[in-house]
Amino acid sequence: MKKRGTGIAVAEYPTGACKGGDLSQAIVKVRADGSVDLFFGSPDLGQGSQTVMAQVAAEELGVRYDQVKVYNRDSDTTPFSFGTGASRVTFCDSNAVAQAAGEARAILFEVAAPDLKASSEELVASEGTISVRGDPRRSIPIALVAHKANHVMRKVVVGHGSYMPDVSEPDPETGACDPFCTLAWGAVLAEVEVDTETGEVDVLRLVCVYDVGKAINPLLVEGQIEGGAVMGMGAALMENLYPYYPSLEWAPRTLGEYVIPTAVDIPDIQEEIVECPSTGNVYGVKGIGEMTANPPGPAIVNAIHDAIGVWMNEIPVTPEKVLKALEKKAASEPRY
Amino acid sequence: MAFKTVGHREKRYDGLAHVTGETRYVDDIFVPGILVTKVLRSSVAKGQVRNIDISGAERLPGVVGVITNEDVPNMHQDQPVLASSIRYKGEPIAAVAAVDEDTALEAISKIKVDIEEEEAVFDPLEAMKAGAPKVRPEGNLYMYGEYPFRKVVFGDVGAGLKEADYVIEGEYFHPALEHAPIEPWASLAVPEADGRLTVYTMAQSLHLTLGWLADVLHMEPDDIRFIKWAWRTRQSGITSLSDIKYIGGINGGAFGGKLDIQADHIPAILALKTGRPVKWRWTREEDLLYSIYRGAWHIKIKDGVKKDGRIVARQVRSIRDAGAYTLFNPYAVEKHCFLATGPYFIPNVYVEGYCVYTNKTPACAMRGFGITPSTFAIEVQMNKIARELGIDPWELRFINAYHNGDQTATRHVLDSVYLIEAMQALAKKAGVKLPDKLMAMTSAERSKQ
Repeated sequence: MKKRGTGIAVAEYPTGACKGGDLSQAIVKVRADGSVDLFFGSPDLGQGSQTVMAQVAAEELGVRYDQVKVYNRDSDTTPFSFGTGASRVTFCDSNAVAQAAGEARAILFEVAAPDLKASSEELVASEGTISVRGDPRRSIPIALVAHKANHVMRKVVVGHGSYMPDVSEPDPETGACDPFCTLAWGAVLAEVEVDTETGEVDVLRLVCVYDVGKAINPLLVEGQIEGGAVMGMGAALMENLYPYYPSLEWAPRTLGEYVIPTAVDIPDIQEEIVECPSTGNVYGVKGIGEMTANPPGPAIVNAIHDAIGVWMNEIPVTPEKVLKALEKKAASEPRY
Repeated sequence: MAFKTVGHREKRYDGLAHVTGETRYVDDIFVPGILVTKVLRSSVAKGQVRNIDISGAERLPGVVGVITNEDVPNMHQDQPVLASSIRYKGEPIAAVAAVDEDTALEAISKIKVDIEEEEAVFDPLEAMKAGAPKVRPEGNLYMYGEYPFRKVVFGDVGAGLKEADYVIEGEYFHPALEHAPIEPWASLAVPEADGRLTVYTMAQSLHLTLGWLADVLHMEPDDIRFIKWAWRTRQSGITSLSDIKYIGGINGGAFGGKLDIQADHIPAILALKTGRPVKWRWTREEDLLYSIYRGAWHIKIKDGVKKDGRIVARQVRSIRDAGAYTLFNPYAVEKHCFLATGPYFIPNVYVEGYCVYTNKTPACAMRGFGITPSTFAIEVQMNKIARELGIDPWELRFINAYHNGDQTATRHVLDSVYLIEAMQALAKKAGVKLPDKLMAMTSAERSKQ
C-alpha cells in the first residue's frame, strides 16, 4: 500500500566562520574606458560568487554588470580571503568589494566634480554616468571621467576594501560568545509517499522558503535552494559512507555504491525567497550557501512519520529500515 | 533605493564556459615534462611502520622520485603528509613520481613495507572509554581548554527540567557523508624558472591552503634534504608565502570537501625533489574512501516542556566521530554546540559536545558543518514533542521561535529574526491553512507583542 504524508522542518544558519576572524579583501581598478577589474580571493565553487561580486562592483560604480571583469583565480593577483565556506562569501566579500568600489568611485567623483561645478559629496554614479544628485541633466559619462582620471590627471583609479568579522572566543565555563555575523532562517515542507510493501520512500514535493536578507542574484539563490534540497534529500534517504558503521566493511568504492540523487530522483521543488535585511552587510545580505541542505532531511523524516506512524531516529531512511520499523510497529499493535 | 544590477537575475559570469566545457579545471592542465604520482596507502588502520624499502621502486625505469616520511619537511598541523605511525586504513606512507600512471602504480607495488599492526578503535563511544586503544598519544578526546568537550551553559537546566510538565528525550544518529563532487581531487605542482613553485589547486581557499602548504614545505636553504634535491639549482628553499603561487579559484564542486590541503602537498614535495612538474589525480575510489568527509554524529537531547508547548530546558550531549586527525573537527563541534537550541528560544540550556578521535579516515568540513546533524535531530525532536503534547507541529514551532532581542545560549542578542515570517510564507506557498493567531504573529521583540 502507498501512504502519503507531509512534514515540516525549520532552520537557522549562521553566516561567517564560527568565532569570526575570517578576513576578505578586494581591489577594484577602473580602466580608461570605464570598464572595471575586480580582484578578490574567494574561489567560485559553482555557486556564482564571481557573478555576485561583479554585480556589487557594478552597482557601486554605476556601470553595467558586463563591464566588470573578475579575477579570483590566483594568489598573486588577489588580496587575502579566508576562502569559500561557512556561508560567508556573499556577506563578507560584498562588504569588501563595496568598500573597494566606493574608494575607486571617490577618485572618479574628485575628477568629475570641477567639470560638473559641484562637490564630490553631491555626485552619484549610475547607469554609466556621474551626475549631480537631484539634477540628472548635469552629468558626464563615466568613460570620459575614467579617461580623464587615468590619462590627464595621472591617477591610478584603484580602491581597496577589507572586511573581517570580530574574533569572539567562548567563555570556557559557559560558552558565552558572539560567534557569527548574522543568522539566516528557513522553513521546508516535504510531501512523501511511502510504499509499505517495498519500504521505498518517494519524495513528491519539497516547498522551501529561505530568508537571505537580500538576494543579490535571485537566480543563483534559487540554484542554491534547489541544490540544497536535493542534497538534503540524498542525506535523508540514500547516502551513507559507512553502511555498517562504525565498521569500515562495505565502505562504498564507486558512485554505484555511494548512491546520490540524480535527475530522475528530483522531486517537485517549489522555492520562495524572503528578505529580512541583516545589520552587518552593506546590502543586508545573509549567507545561503549551506543551510538549504539542512531542513529538507528532517522534513522528509517527519513526513514519513505522518505517512506510516514510525519515527526514524537515524538516517538514511532506507527501504530496509522502513520495513523493519513497520514490522516492529505491527508487532506492538493489537491485531484485532 | 532602486538597484540597477543588485537584486537582478544576471546570468552567471562563468556559466557559458561551464556548460560548453570550456572551463579549464586542474586535471585539464598539462605542462612539458609532467610526471604523475601515486601513493602507497596503509593496509591497516593502526600500526607502526618498522621498515620501508623503496629501492625496488627507485630502480624501475620511468620512476623519477620516491618519497617517504623522511623527505617531508613538516607535518600538516597534527597530520603527517606521509605517515610512519599509522592511524587509519589508507593513510599515505610513500609516494612516487613517474612518467606515467602505469609506471607509478608498478613502482608502488615494488615498495616493501613492514607494519606492526596495533589494535584500532572505530566506534567513538568505545574510544571515549577509559582503557580504549589510543588513536593518538594525547588521548582520544579533543581538549577544549580544561574540558574534554565544548560546554555551553545558559540559565539553569536542572531547574528548567524540574519546572517542566513533560520531559521528552530523543537519541539521534547522523551518518558520515561524502561530498561527492563531480571532480575528484587533483593537484599539479610546477617548479618555475624564477625559483617559485606554482600549484594548480581546487582548494576552497587559495590563501589558507597556500599558507598550509608553505608550513609543510618550509625549509631553510641549508636543510640536508633540500641540498640533495634537484630544485636547489633554482630555488633557495620555501621560506615565505610569496615563494608559492596558487592557481585555482574555480572547481568542479566542493561542498566543504576542498577545505583542506589534501592533494596539494605530495606533488609539491615531489616537484621540489625532482625539479619537474608533478600531478596527482585521485581515483573516485580514493576520493570516496580517503578524502575528507562529514563525520558521523551521535546526538542525545533531553527537553523539558510546559503544557502550553514552551520548551523551558534542553540538555544536549553530542559526539562527533572525527576520524584520525584534528582538521576542522573541533570547529564543527563548537558550531554545533553554540546553536544546539536550533532556531528556538530556550531559557535553560546545557550542552556538551565531544570531538572524538577514531581510526578512520579523518573527517573535516562539509556543507552545514555541525548544524546539519543538529537540525535533523532537533526538528525530528520537535515533531515528537508536538505529538506527545497534542499540539500541531506548526504551532509548536511558532510558540518557541526566536524573536528579535532574544538571547541565544551563547548570549548573542539576535536581530533580523525572520523565522515566524518564513513559516508563514511556507504555509501560503504550500497551501496550508494556519490558524489566524499564528498568521498574525511577527518576530518583533517579545516586549512589543
